Amino acid sequence: MLTVEGVELQLGERRWNYSIELETQGVYALLGRSGSGKSTLLNLIAGFLQPDAGAIKWQGDAIHSLEPAQRPITTLFQDHNLFSHLSVFKNIGLGVSPKLTLSSAQKNNISSVLDSVGLSGYENKLPGSLSGGEKQRVALARCILRRQPILLLDEPFSALDATTRKEMITLLNSLIQEFKPCVVMVTHDPDDAVAMGATQLSMKSDRVEFA
Amino acid sequence: MNSSRTWPWWTSGAFALLVILTCTLLPALAITFEAGNIDWQQLFNNSYTQRVIWFSLKQATLSTILSLAIALPVALALSHKPNIPGRSFIVNVFSLSLVIPTIVAIFGIVAVFGRTGWFNNLLGTLSIPSVPLYGLTGILVAHVFFNMPLAARVLLVNLEGIPAENWRLTKQLGLKPVSVFRFIEWPAVRGQLPSLALLIFTLCFTSFAIVMTLGGGPRATTIEVAIYQALRFDFDIKLAVALGAVQLSICIFLMLLSTLVKHNDALQFNPYSVVAGTERNRHDQHLLNSIWSGLFWQAAHYTIIVATAIFILSPLLALVISAINSKLIAVVMQTSTLDALFNTVIVALASASLSLLLGIGLLNSVRHLRIRLKYETAGQWLQLSGNVILVLPPLVLGTGLFLLLRPYADVFSIALVLVVIINSLMALPFVLRILDGPVMQSANHNDKLIQSLGIQGLSRWIIIDWPQLRKPIGLAMAVSTTLSAGDLSAIALFGSERVRTLPLLLYQRMGSYRLEEAAVTAGLLLILCLVLFISIQKIIGRSVHSAHS
Repeated sequence: MLTVEGVELQLGERRWNYSIELETQGVYALLGRSGSGKSTLLNLIAGFLQPDAGAIKWQGDAIHSLEPAQRPITTLFQDHNLFSHLSVFKNIGLGVSPKLTLSSAQKNNISSVLDSVGLSGYENKLPGSLSGGEKQRVALARCILRRQPILLLDEPFSALDATTRKEMITLLNSLIQEFKPCVVMVTHDPDDAVAMGATQLSMKSDRVEFA
Repeated sequence: MNSSRTWPWWTSGAFALLVILTCTLLPALAITFEAGNIDWQQLFNNSYTQRVIWFSLKQATLSTILSLAIALPVALALSHKPNIPGRSFIVNVFSLSLVIPTIVAIFGIVAVFGRTGWFNNLLGTLSIPSVPLYGLTGILVAHVFFNMPLAARVLLVNLEGIPAENWRLTKQLGLKPVSVFRFIEWPAVRGQLPSLALLIFTLCFTSFAIVMTLGGGPRATTIEVAIYQALRFDFDIKLAVALGAVQLSICIFLMLLSTLVKHNDALQFNPYSVVAGTERNRHDQHLLNSIWSGLFWQAAHYTIIVATAIFILSPLLALVISAINSKLIAVVMQTSTLDALFNTVIVALASASLSLLLGIGLLNSVRHLRIRLKYETAGQWLQLSGNVILVLPPLVLGTGLFLLLRPYADVFSIALVLVVIINSLMALPFVLRILDGPVMQSANHNDKLIQSLGIQGLSRWIIIDWPQLRKPIGLAMAVSTTLSAGDLSAIALFGSERVRTLPLLLYQRMGSYRLEEAAVTAGLLLILCLVLFISIQKIIGRSVHSAHS
């Protein structure tokens, strides 16, 4: 269970309040216009923002005072998921070891996970030579390898064209089938939520609602 | 996980701040203590002090007006003639004046505009009486030589930022050149003028080497040079402190002024940025040419560009020609030359390394404050501490260090250490200006990712920052190295017959009219600076697969 209990946050003029309970396995989509606070909630869960009050818990344990990297979470951002100067291999490797010290088993894992997102042989390529969809798949490969129970998706398809978006959704769905994580995605497009089979949550002025 | 073995984010900034404050506040305290009570009234009634302050302001004002008044037509002419042959060469030479040591350029200026220089020889053959260089004229010529290209470059960047559509519209509406200037070009450059004027004024107001070499006696002395004379020749610490205080208050006033004009994007330009957008398409070139058609405009543009090229290139040419003389081999083989060369390289590299260490230390913490904690103002204040040398003149700082260390060590035997400290603080504002943008930009792009992957401390610098920032770091290192290699102010204070760098040796040889030896020394220093500037950038900034997504 991922619970957000009475979390409060003052950002400039706006005061945000969040309370929500999500199942350990499930796909949830936060819908709402820009400025409705859906990204703020995601940033709070991920740990990029610190709540003023309240608690965020995973399986009953408070995680809101942990550093982002120490939380049982992995995030797929809209863009800038990859360091442009590092090879695909190193970009994924950083998800396993932040100092990039990899055992040979881990190195093998990287190659097999690349295989599973359909990018075998891409190890030494640089992000600059990849298409938008390929970059997102590399980032996804890193998410898979991190094996975290919570997967946050921050507008993961907005930078992609229609075909690539479809491919990406198929890929994500099969991963969710396999690993059964708790997925929270932020999107402005209800079609994405439907395609992912997500439970829709809508952001209201003062609360999050199951739609 | 592994956070227990990582230093907290503020360590590097605190270390840099501590070094900067120790190296500036302690000397400043020492000097105020030593000066004791100053009779300010008597000081300001003294005609010498009055003259020095008045002259400092006068020459800086005139230099600023002249530099900008010349830079504007030069930038306009270059912008109107995007396809003139040699244009990019001229623009590149413009930025060269940032690398050439002041004292070297002065030698070239004297060779062209001096009493027996090319210019006066030319006037002589035309039976026109020669123009004396030393005094206000010389100072103005040298200040324009250094600052006009800087201003012209910045203005040119702004003019080239005018969208191509505007030019097409101009043509369609049938605007004449004067209207084009009024409605299109002037609005594009106007915003830059206050900040540029302020920058040039500050540079000229605190200028040392130019005034010391080209200023003529007490009639043409600035505060900065007067401080040097009070310290080095009269050992009148009271006077030095008093003048330093005056200098300090004017500099602080200028700095406050610069935060006021900052709204117009002041001082935010990067003088080292490459002028972009010169590759306009053929159609636009044709269009530009057709706006300023006619003999008058053609002649005006060519005259301005050719005259500028001659003004900037002739001193460099004169220097190169005079450096190749009969004493060349002998001077290069002299122990005094070689010792000075060795000292210069050591001092320059040490100063630049220290400067980079401090700069990166500051920026590492500033980055955390600004990007991760969103404490924008606190971050900017921390960063501002690196600019302390802009208000505390190097000579005042040097005096303070001298007083501070005199009881413990023979100051002249540790001259080079003191020079390194002062030079590194002098280079720090440049290091910060070059690195600030790239550091913050790359952090802005990647910070969430870095945070979510838990990359921190040294491994962040090794894996992420170094490969992304080595180009600007290389540039910062190159700029601060050449700056230190060409600096005369700190070594003028601490140098002696025993310890010299090339700029000091050059100054001494110029002063004793050993002009052939001076020419070789100047040529050697110029080559050294160019070699350092290029090779450091090549070695450090070696472009890795720099693909910015």
